[in-house]
Amino acid sequence: MTTETNPETNLKTVESPGEHPVAGVPVPNKALPLLRTEKLMLNMGPQHPSTHGVLKVVLELEGERIVKAIPVLGFLHRGVEKLAEDGTYHQFIPHTDRLDYVCAMYNNFAYVRAVEKLLDMKVPERAEYLRTIVAEVQRIIGHLFWLGTQALDIGAMTVFFYTFREREVLLDFFDDLCGARLTTTWYRIGGVENDISPKLIEHLYKFLENFSEKLDEYNALLETNRIWLARTKGIAVISAQDAISFGLSGPTLRGSGVDYDLRKYEPYGAYDKVQWDVPVGKNGDTYDRYWIRILEMKESAKIVKQCLDQLPQGPYMVEDPRVTLPPKDKVFTNLEHMIRQFKLFTQGFRTPPGEIYCGTEAHKGELGFYIVSDGSGKPYRLKIRAPSFIHMGAFDFMARGYMIADIVTIFGTYDIVMGECDR
Amino acid sequence: MHPNAEKIQAKFPDAFLSEKEWRGDLSVTVKKDAIVPICRCLHDDPGMDFDYIVHISSVDFPEDPERFEVVYEFYSIRRRERIRIKARVTEEDCAIDSVTGIWKGADFMEREVFDMMGIRFNHHPDHRRILLPDEYDEGYPLRKDFPLAGKGWRDTFEFITEGAHKKTT
Repeated sequence: MTTETNPETNLKTVESPGEHPVAGVPVPNKALPLLRTEKLMLNMGPQHPSTHGVLKVVLELEGERIVKAIPVLGFLHRGVEKLAEDGTYHQFIPHTDRLDYVCAMYNNFAYVRAVEKLLDMKVPERAEYLRTIVAEVQRIIGHLFWLGTQALDIGAMTVFFYTFREREVLLDFFDDLCGARLTTTWYRIGGVENDISPKLIEHLYKFLENFSEKLDEYNALLETNRIWLARTKGIAVISAQDAISFGLSGPTLRGSGVDYDLRKYEPYGAYDKVQWDVPVGKNGDTYDRYWIRILEMKESAKIVKQCLDQLPQGPYMVEDPRVTLPPKDKVFTNLEHMIRQFKLFTQGFRTPPGEIYCGTEAHKGELGFYIVSDGSGKPYRLKIRAPSFIHMGAFDFMARGYMIADIVTIFGTYDIVMGECDR
Repeated sequence: MHPNAEKIQAKFPDAFLSEKEWRGDLSVTVKKDAIVPICRCLHDDPGMDFDYIVHISSVDFPEDPERFEVVYEFYSIRRRERIRIKARVTEEDCAIDSVTGIWKGADFMEREVFDMMGIRFNHHPDHRRILLPDEYDEGYPLRKDFPLAGKGWRDTFEFITEGAHKKTT
């Protein structure tokens, strides 16, 4: 039996077994191998449960090894960027909820920050703190969701029930805050929709009290679990240099040891007023990314706690009648406020002509908005830099050489959501 | 002028067109023929070191003689700086050289620009549509002359026009 390494795929291929594997009959000539090999094309998706949405991958297989994996995107394409050009700046906020529908708050945050950069608007301090608190709660929800579904995809079902228990507590918090659990639309250009009540602050404090114990519970299930280790350690490895070249971001990039977090290096919100660290991995595999997400949840809990302690008094919305929406309760009772609301939604506010790019560190990676304004009430062009889409660009590179069963882990390692990927 | 823009102007005096700093963003407009040497310089020059690609995008200006604008956004992980490079493309010669040889992530980003705006990228390794189906032939949806309601297959539908329900009463 001879083994050869194929330079293209870096795989060992077995040739000419020498004798028939079952019958034991000797094979007379090595040039005539009994086992014929050929590459197999396999369509995975678009309805596979581990794809979290609708994603198809055309796999080229050599036995069970992946030689090539071509992602086929666009099943969830809704033309959000085109829709943005037809509405006012305020009207686009609900559209951003539907990008990454698992973490709507962070999409709102990224968008309103971009518009505020375009307007050169300063947000009141209390609003900055509220935004940071809610964004970090959303990050915890996103990471809990990832942990539960990734473990479920790999075969550990129990974790899913535990993480979704805590996720429900936080979604109830969102429900009380803005009336919706998932598609929240809570951020406004110039501030937030409503103030946080003392009851909700209590709710958060109570949650944070024993959150780290809950995290230890999940870790007890996974940390030293042999199946989890075997299926995440050394899977979907990418070096720091390649990860940078592909433009990966978030935990996927930090897992490879690159210290890149916009919250730290281009601070916004109240991130520069609290103490926290950026967790960075070493090996660039799925296990390191799992640890980074666990540590990020701990850091998020720290940020939320400090922000709640420091929460300043004051307005939660900029008072600029040309731009910001009037308070909802006054719209129905006061004529001036009703006219203002009507004008803002039919004509919008005028922005200075120009172009900006504003990146925000969402829990998946860098979510950026590039807006070109021509001075009218609608964006002339709005481009969304979606981390999931850019992560899919590295999918083929990261999947080559692994077994077909690992493909589920590799999907999950980016934490992809197709609503954001296809837009 | 921003030092990064000065460096580009010093190295590529013929290709450099203009520079603008607004809201803290630096954007440099260059000629499209020199996009690959300029990007190579941005990536390899230790003084620039823009190793991270943020996004590639495109804007349509139907009134302008050079109709399309391709926009590149780069970031330097070590120096923590951003730069935006822009190049204009005409409608007749709607193509620009690909930068996939410099940043691997440019592959999907350029495919998306082609899919949405119809700008071709020379020497791209896998030049296909990405979000829309391969056989889609109704045009490029993010161009300004593409209607919001879509076209082609949808034109055969009868829509109820605005106010039509009032006439029946």
